[in-house]
Amino acid sequence: MRTIVASIVAVVVITAFFGFAYPAVMTGFAQVTFQNKANGSLVDAKGRLVGSKLAAQGFTWPKYFHERPSGTSPAYNAGATTFLNLGPTNPDLAKLVAQNAQAILKLEKPYNPGLTIHQIPVDAVVTSASGIDPDISPAYAQLQARRVAAVRHLPLSTVQKLISENTDGRGLGFFGEPGVNVLELNLALDKLGGK
Amino acid sequence: MTAQGIGQILVYVVVLIALGYPLGVYMARVYNNDDFARRGRFRWLGAIERGFFRVLRVDGDREQDWKNYAKVVLIFSAIFSVFLYGILRLQGHLFLNPDHLPAVPEHIALNTTASFITNTNWQYYGGEYTMSYLSQMAGLAVQNFVSAAVGMAVLAAVVRGIARRSRNDIGNFWRDLYRSLVYILLPLAVILGVILISQGVVQTFHSHATATTLQGAHQTIARGPAASQISIKQLGTNGGGYYNSNSAVPFENPNGISNFFEMLAILLIPAGQVFMFGKMVGARRHAWMVFAAMLVVFAIGVAINLPAEQHGSAVLRSSGVNITQGNGQSGGNMADKEVRFGQAASTNWTVATSDASNGSVNSGFDAQTPAGGAVPLVNLFLGEVIFGGVGSGLYGMFFYIVIAVFIAGLMVGRTPEWLGKKIEAREIKYAAVGALFVPTMVLTMTAVAVVTPAGLASIFNHGVHGFTESLYAYDSQSNNNGSAFAGYGATSFSASFGTVALYLGRWVPMIAALALGGALAKKKITPASAGTFRTDGPTFVILLVSVIALTAGLMILPALSLGPIMEGLMH
Repeated sequence: MRTIVASIVAVVVITAFFGFAYPAVMTGFAQVTFQNKANGSLVDAKGRLVGSKLAAQGFTWPKYFHERPSGTSPAYNAGATTFLNLGPTNPDLAKLVAQNAQAILKLEKPYNPGLTIHQIPVDAVVTSASGIDPDISPAYAQLQARRVAAVRHLPLSTVQKLISENTDGRGLGFFGEPGVNVLELNLALDKLGGK
Repeated sequence: MTAQGIGQILVYVVVLIALGYPLGVYMARVYNNDDFARRGRFRWLGAIERGFFRVLRVDGDREQDWKNYAKVVLIFSAIFSVFLYGILRLQGHLFLNPDHLPAVPEHIALNTTASFITNTNWQYYGGEYTMSYLSQMAGLAVQNFVSAAVGMAVLAAVVRGIARRSRNDIGNFWRDLYRSLVYILLPLAVILGVILISQGVVQTFHSHATATTLQGAHQTIARGPAASQISIKQLGTNGGGYYNSNSAVPFENPNGISNFFEMLAILLIPAGQVFMFGKMVGARRHAWMVFAAMLVVFAIGVAINLPAEQHGSAVLRSSGVNITQGNGQSGGNMADKEVRFGQAASTNWTVATSDASNGSVNSGFDAQTPAGGAVPLVNLFLGEVIFGGVGSGLYGMFFYIVIAVFIAGLMVGRTPEWLGKKIEAREIKYAAVGALFVPTMVLTMTAVAVVTPAGLASIFNHGVHGFTESLYAYDSQSNNNGSAFAGYGATSFSASFGTVALYLGRWVPMIAALALGGALAKKKITPASAGTFRTDGPTFVILLVSVIALTAGLMILPALSLGPIMEGLMH
């Protein structure tokens, strides 16, 4: 009986401290020191909230760089992330990869004569883990550069320069892999004023 | 697979040892010193500790024998279970619910309660669209602290039992619980939380944001008090993500730096506890050998998973797309992986999270290649003793050590000894129950799940891979890991069946460990002689790894051949 009473009191005390005081203090700290990051790295442009630096948003227009496929429902849902979960031998995976590759070939080939499936980097045809991966591999960005440059009537070198400016390197130059942040890259393009 | 990628994993191991060792020495002081923080500059901390005991009306200085210790653990956990279940069911009527989420469905709430109380964090739900801020913060995140602290307390008691001689008592649960929470978990969680916030992990009480994208579509962005929860879910080997895709989601793990620290946190306390054990029983060389055995199994996992994932799945290889690493891409099997992590950092996480009983992920396991996905499956089955869960990992390893010492004793024809204590029938029984109960349960439950229509309903990828999904689900819940082949779905059958796996998988080994500690505490120390099998040399490392491979490894081999091995051979 004494243990039961002690347990009930412990539940209340521990919940009050670790359930309320601790997250409240951490939130207070975050809001004071890293306000933008703590609220989701939101990006304002063109007088409105256009998204988050940390979430893909499903670009489809030819003048924009496109992100990786998404397994969320609907696609690029930053309110309900998910893996696609297709197993490595699932025939649906083969179908999906083939479809995605064909779509990319159709879109990019007019600007990249001689483009074959062997030049499409793997991240472009399979879903990311979150479904909202904000990055694409530098290889996939290079593949899309000619299209974006042509549609916007920009020199290829200008677009390539923007790609490298919006490539996030490895953490501390060592951890993880480089990735090109698609929203930031597209915003930089829009800022140039090209059509 | 490049030198750069392997370098990332090597640096990880070096930093783990460099931080784990001093942490272990510190933890030994916290649990061993009756007067810790009660004198000198930190006297005020001791005053708060005594205040806590006064409010609870317990005597924190009076030690318990193993049976009483176990009793208090069970009662405390039962009452917290009822409380947590209540929050989940009532969240729709409670405060801190800005997105107006309804009550969590009954069987999901039961499974989730069991899952968080037992330090598992298996999730049959997507956090951002199921749980209110109150449930996440005051329900689940509290358990991230408490379930971890319970495991750490039990380990401290078992280690005391090993260190003591001719005694009945092994410690006071309330004191061990308090010290684990306040002197170890809290400071580490604050430090990691601050690092994560600085890297871009969200921490806010605002509700979701609604953006109008550059193409004019509406986008909902889920937010919340995530960083404070993520830091402790990593440190406490809990693993339950704030978001459904766990630490693959950029809001939970935005870049290579946050990823490194979150990964480090997975193994930090379990690694430190090995050194703590060495310090508390005065057997530092023995502790290093145990650490070495763990490191060997960790390295084997990396050596299988990384090449397999880099080589890619059969589907990807035959598709014709470029999966070769280099020229601006990480390549390999990128299905359900994130660009900013690539292969090396995904492998490192996969192996760490399945060696420890963490269960958080930064990539989707269901999509891993057969050989790659077999690594976490086997790691789980070994009983989460390779570093393992906070507390539960090392006391699980003690079972294997006892068995290893016993086998060595049989070979040389002497009564086996471990750290000067004679290992007799009683200790062997406790160790056998601790080591074999959970694997047996996993295989039995998987068998039931794959022959009943109710069990089969959960499978997402049909065929051989579906068997692996089922096996992984019960493997993960029984071993209190919590990672998933996430296609495996929640039905009222799978959730209820899983609840049983969760509770039994936690309490049976824990009670066996306390019993083992209690039995050892009673013994005298026998001085080592020339015939004593040495547990502080490399021979012991080989023996220990072999015993793990022979007991758990052989048990899973038949199931493994029905799952990943067959899948690999078919394609």
